[in-house]
Amino acid sequence: MKKPSRRDFLKIMGASGAALLAGRAGAEASESHAVNNDTLGMLYDATKCVGCKACMSACKKVNSDYGSLAFERAKFDSDGLWDAPEDLSGSTRTLIKLFKESDKQWSYVKYSCMHCQKPSCVSVCPVSAMTRDKITGTVDYNKDACIGCRYCQIACAFNIPKFQWDKAIPQIVKCDLCKNTNLVKKGITACAEVCPVGAISFGKRKELLEEANKRLRENPGKYINHIYGEKEVGGANHLYLSAMQFNKLGLPVLAEAAPAEFSEKIQHTIYKGFIAPVALYGTLCFVALKNIKGHGAAAKHSETDEKGASDHGA
Amino acid sequence: MGHDEYQRHDAKILTPSFIVLLTLTLIGFGLIALRFIKGIGAVSNMSDGYPWGIWITYDVATGTAIACGGYAMAILIYIRNHMHYHPMIRSAILTSMFGYGLAGFSVMVDVGRPWNSYNFFIPSKWQANSAMFEVALCVMAYTTVLLLEFLPAVLTTLEKTEWKTLQYMLDKLHQRTGINRPERLDERLESVKEVAAWLKPRLDKVLIFVIVLGITLPTMHQSSLGSLLLIASTKVHPLWHTGFLPLLFLINCMFIGYSIAILESVISCYAFKRPFETKELSGLARIVPWLTVIWLTVVIGDLAWRGQLMAALSFDFYSRFFLLEFCLVAGGSMLLFSGRKRESIRWLFASAALIVLGGALYRFNVYLIGFNPGKGWHYFPSLAELLITVGIVAFEILGYQVLVKILPVLPKLHTRQQLDAATEHVDTSAEHVVAEKA
Repeated sequence: MKKPSRRDFLKIMGASGAALLAGRAGAEASESHAVNNDTLGMLYDATKCVGCKACMSACKKVNSDYGSLAFERAKFDSDGLWDAPEDLSGSTRTLIKLFKESDKQWSYVKYSCMHCQKPSCVSVCPVSAMTRDKITGTVDYNKDACIGCRYCQIACAFNIPKFQWDKAIPQIVKCDLCKNTNLVKKGITACAEVCPVGAISFGKRKELLEEANKRLRENPGKYINHIYGEKEVGGANHLYLSAMQFNKLGLPVLAEAAPAEFSEKIQHTIYKGFIAPVALYGTLCFVALKNIKGHGAAAKHSETDEKGASDHGA
Repeated sequence: MGHDEYQRHDAKILTPSFIVLLTLTLIGFGLIALRFIKGIGAVSNMSDGYPWGIWITYDVATGTAIACGGYAMAILIYIRNHMHYHPMIRSAILTSMFGYGLAGFSVMVDVGRPWNSYNFFIPSKWQANSAMFEVALCVMAYTTVLLLEFLPAVLTTLEKTEWKTLQYMLDKLHQRTGINRPERLDERLESVKEVAAWLKPRLDKVLIFVIVLGITLPTMHQSSLGSLLLIASTKVHPLWHTGFLPLLFLINCMFIGYSIAILESVISCYAFKRPFETKELSGLARIVPWLTVIWLTVVIGDLAWRGQLMAALSFDFYSRFFLLEFCLVAGGSMLLFSGRKRESIRWLFASAALIVLGGALYRFNVYLIGFNPGKGWHYFPSLAELLITVGIVAFEILGYQVLVKILPVLPKLHTRQQLDAATEHVDTSAEHVVAEKA
């Protein structure tokens, strides 16, 4: 019997390594996705927000039936008078929080889906339950397709998609820009509509960016000189202005490259045109058939040998 | 390579371990029922920050690697042309079949809306960008392939069976209740035997193409199990997040596969009081350290290239788990480089166990321990969550234990010497009931 051939083995491993390296090189060389500024989004200005939570209330009022949202009772509230969610959840699509560093240094912040230009959740969903509308740019969820694998939650850098852990028939919950509710009826999202101080603007991404840049220009020193969401993870349609560092407000510091581009490039390189798997199967079939034939012949050979030997003996 | 290389293990089915495993299985399945009635939150500690807990990390990501024995053995036998290992493959395939089948079952417990899974078969819903899509289709296909690969064992038994148990039960039933045997039963049973006899040679002819498919599919989805976490670039710790995740997962499943084949053989020989397959195992053990050396080289090279070597040696929480994983794999491999230790069942067992532990810890590190979704999120599995996993694993071992006693799975004890060794071990108690199926 032949000794285990390390060389063959190393060849295979080397080849697959090289394929992966080529994948990386390809990923770095290719152009990134195009940002579409005609898509819809929102601009939240934390310096204008007064924390009245009218947006949260309006969101639940408008979307509760459609998005399967519910009131969340606080522990102290035995009468169930208030809706008091602690975080975005399977019942809450948008949330206002207060970050207080000191009595003079504080800021409100609003959380909801960032509606990324290259959304990770859409990239990872195995059954196309997460989709991004090509025209409006809205990242939407379809519960009739969703299998509930929660890969979108793993992938989202902002931890936006939420799962209904307490339900036997759960779904993913996230903002869809009132796509099927307020936007259809009134042409604006519910939260932007009800904001009493104009902290939430709704419109096309390019208009929002212009407005944000204008505010930065006209109010030097008032804001951190950065529009959060303009470049992060390949650009988002939900933009932020703030006087306080964004990471203090729970908005993570993120690179400009979309994580989905990185993972898709590697996956596409391995599975391009399904050539590699088919080639692998073909090659392995060839080797295996050859080995089996060789073994059959060897077995026959040894049988005749034995027979010959016994004849001889007789 | 005939089917005469295998034999049924003649022993009692209702052993104490059977009862223990059955109890654990029932507890686990009871909790699974609770999960479907009251929601995942009722039994698990998973949260929106840690949406994947041990069900995905252990049952799927690690469990399928541990079930790679069949894959690793198939490569060794059919691709690297070591046909003398052929008698070992059937038990490896059986454990793979359980591992993958139950990984698929765990996924159905874990996902929130399993009734929508039919979307995987609807082309308009396909999403080729998703590593999960690739993993799901591949795992389903591979589970089918494993069933086909195992079918010869079932067919051989069907072909030869005389339905003793069934006849016995029917007679008892007749005596107790007076219910008559169904008419024309014998004819029907005969026709089952005929179908099995007709199918077996035809299956044998095409089986090699199925087997090679069984090598291609794990190569694809084991690497994709690594690709799953590529996108979580801000959450997986830099010690583990790298573009080489697919390659590392692939090599990882191979060395786990060979090591687990060693462990399974040692454990089942010990438990079933058969002579140890020392010669075959030391041959298998030769391959493992070469795989681990390649794996460790890629790990270190990649860390150096990304400038993370200092992070690996910083002895913080993440670094400690990294070093533990690294030392387990490296330590186990060092033992196997020694030819003398490879001849000893104890050392083989110890080193294979170290490597499996290290390799499994790597997967835990990538999926759970090195996964940090941000401030304020914590995860440790709840008791119910753990018991569900334990129940599923217990069911796996239970199934293996029972099936090797009713189907020809384990390698045939060939030589006189082996037979003598076996009979010495065999439990001589009078109750040594033959599994009656045949």
